[in-house]
Amino acid sequence: MNFKWLSDWFEKIEPKGKWSWLGSTYEAFHTFAFTPKAVTRKGSHIRDAVDMKRSIIMVVIALVPALLFGMWNIGYQTAMSTGADWHWLYMWWFGFLRMLPLIVVSYVVGLFIEFAFAQYRGHEVNEGYLATGLLIPMIVPVTTPLWQVALAVAFAVIIGKEVFGGSGMNFLNPALVARAFLFFAYPTHMSGDKVWIAADLWGSDAIAGATPMGELAAGAHPSASALDMLIGTIPGSTCETSVIAIALGAMLLLFTGIASWRIILSVFLGGGLMGLLFNAIGYNDYMQLPFYYHFLMGGFAFGAVFMATDPVTAAQTNAGKWIYGLLIGAFAVLLRVCNPAYPEGMMLSILFMNCMAPLIDHCVVARNIKARASRATRKEVNNG
Amino acid sequence: MKNFDLIKLPFSKNNPILVQVLGVCSCLAVTAQLKPAVVMAISVIVVVALANVIISLLRNTIPPRIRIIVQLVVVSTLVVLVDQVLKAYVYDVSKQLSVFVGLIITNCIVMGRLEAFAMVQKPLPSLLDGIGNGLGYSVILIVLGFVRELFGSGTLWGYPVMEKLGLYEIGYENNGLMIMPPMALILVGLIIWWHRSKNKDLCEQ
Repeated sequence: MNFKWLSDWFEKIEPKGKWSWLGSTYEAFHTFAFTPKAVTRKGSHIRDAVDMKRSIIMVVIALVPALLFGMWNIGYQTAMSTGADWHWLYMWWFGFLRMLPLIVVSYVVGLFIEFAFAQYRGHEVNEGYLATGLLIPMIVPVTTPLWQVALAVAFAVIIGKEVFGGSGMNFLNPALVARAFLFFAYPTHMSGDKVWIAADLWGSDAIAGATPMGELAAGAHPSASALDMLIGTIPGSTCETSVIAIALGAMLLLFTGIASWRIILSVFLGGGLMGLLFNAIGYNDYMQLPFYYHFLMGGFAFGAVFMATDPVTAAQTNAGKWIYGLLIGAFAVLLRVCNPAYPEGMMLSILFMNCMAPLIDHCVVARNIKARASRATRKEVNNG
Repeated sequence: MKNFDLIKLPFSKNNPILVQVLGVCSCLAVTAQLKPAVVMAISVIVVVALANVIISLLRNTIPPRIRIIVQLVVVSTLVVLVDQVLKAYVYDVSKQLSVFVGLIITNCIVMGRLEAFAMVQKPLPSLLDGIGNGLGYSVILIVLGFVRELFGSGTLWGYPVMEKLGLYEIGYENNGLMIMPPMALILVGLIIWWHRSKNKDLCEQ
């Protein structure tokens, strides 16, 4: 295909004169379509085809399996609850129509704010929101009213990101900030057993149906089997239920090196160890729950793969990543088991460790400096 | 400094909350609703103004080494008075404010004005400075109380505004985050952001 017409068109519409204030917006679309010609000339640098746009797009691609499965699951849950006899393709179509408004609202509101800020500050528009904007609708209940999603997105982008200077400067994961906002501002739409299953194609009416964690928090045993949870045919936030679909995305992220394997592994390790500890205590039913259930329920897998690994908000040092991940997993399970007020601990646990990540890095670096300094002085003494 | 400036400056350029960042604790705690915020604001104005005058009158007789304890005695006397008045006339609000009336004693704005201003100034400027800083504090308190009660509980001074506007019928809901203290902190941050963008000379480098 010859895209010269497009490049000519871009050259023709390049904003000049009184329109030059639109420069950042133009730049954003231009580099979205074409690789920028500007290359680094001075200093040492690595030649690589991967830049931020490509790595963010890779995250979006990694989200696709979970997204597609989530759409089908929305329809499947409604069909199961209403007793309707739907073809699996119609289930998917139903979920697609339910998800579409959420995704559109998230992207429109978020990108509008991003462009407005970049334009006002004279920065380039950053690509970070392409992933965040898809993550937000994937981690909310399907019946969340759209205006609340819009409000949460605005809050996350402005308070979670732009006040600190935009993508790369934020210390909290913006998608989780949006979810936390919804969770605390409109708790009736974010927890309980009346939000997870859409009643019909439009509106925010829901059919009662508890998630495994809702049942556990209420003191019952989960009615879904471990296999159901692994495949993901359970009620839950739109796209977080299927561990298999998430694992497909995780493989892509690990293969391309965008997500840190240390973080993913240590989150599961931390959660597993905490689960085993509770098994050993065995004080109540929730504590006696097999530890691997924690990996399958709720947002644990989704959080570990797509949220905890956010390179901006995670710990940067390798040792720091282990500590960061272990504590995320441990805190998530701790919150789930010990605090019935918060049935899902993963969101709060990741946000908490986001806050702690710079401290962890600081300690790791300081310790390293100290160790090297003492090694150097020891050598000097030996030589002297 | 002109006397008028003493009242004007704490409003914006030297606002106790926005610029000096003092008294934030009570401003997070009592602003979930408008009424307690207003009562708290009035109490603080009274305490700061009177304490400033009294300390200014005593300033030449207070030995420097024990000045803080003298200041505290004066402030706590005033706070106890205010507390009794509140209990007598607005008992329900006084219960809502609970410990925070007593904590005016440790409010950094009061101590800050006494140390920085009343100890070295004559009574009249001290009075004006106290009123000015109290008002500067009040403005923020009332703005926060207004926003938080309106969006958090859907009421203003107890009057169900959102219900009368018929917003609940079209799907509007109160924002539960607004009545929690963290949101008050975020709102203060947003006001500071706006305030700094209006006063570039206040921005730290």
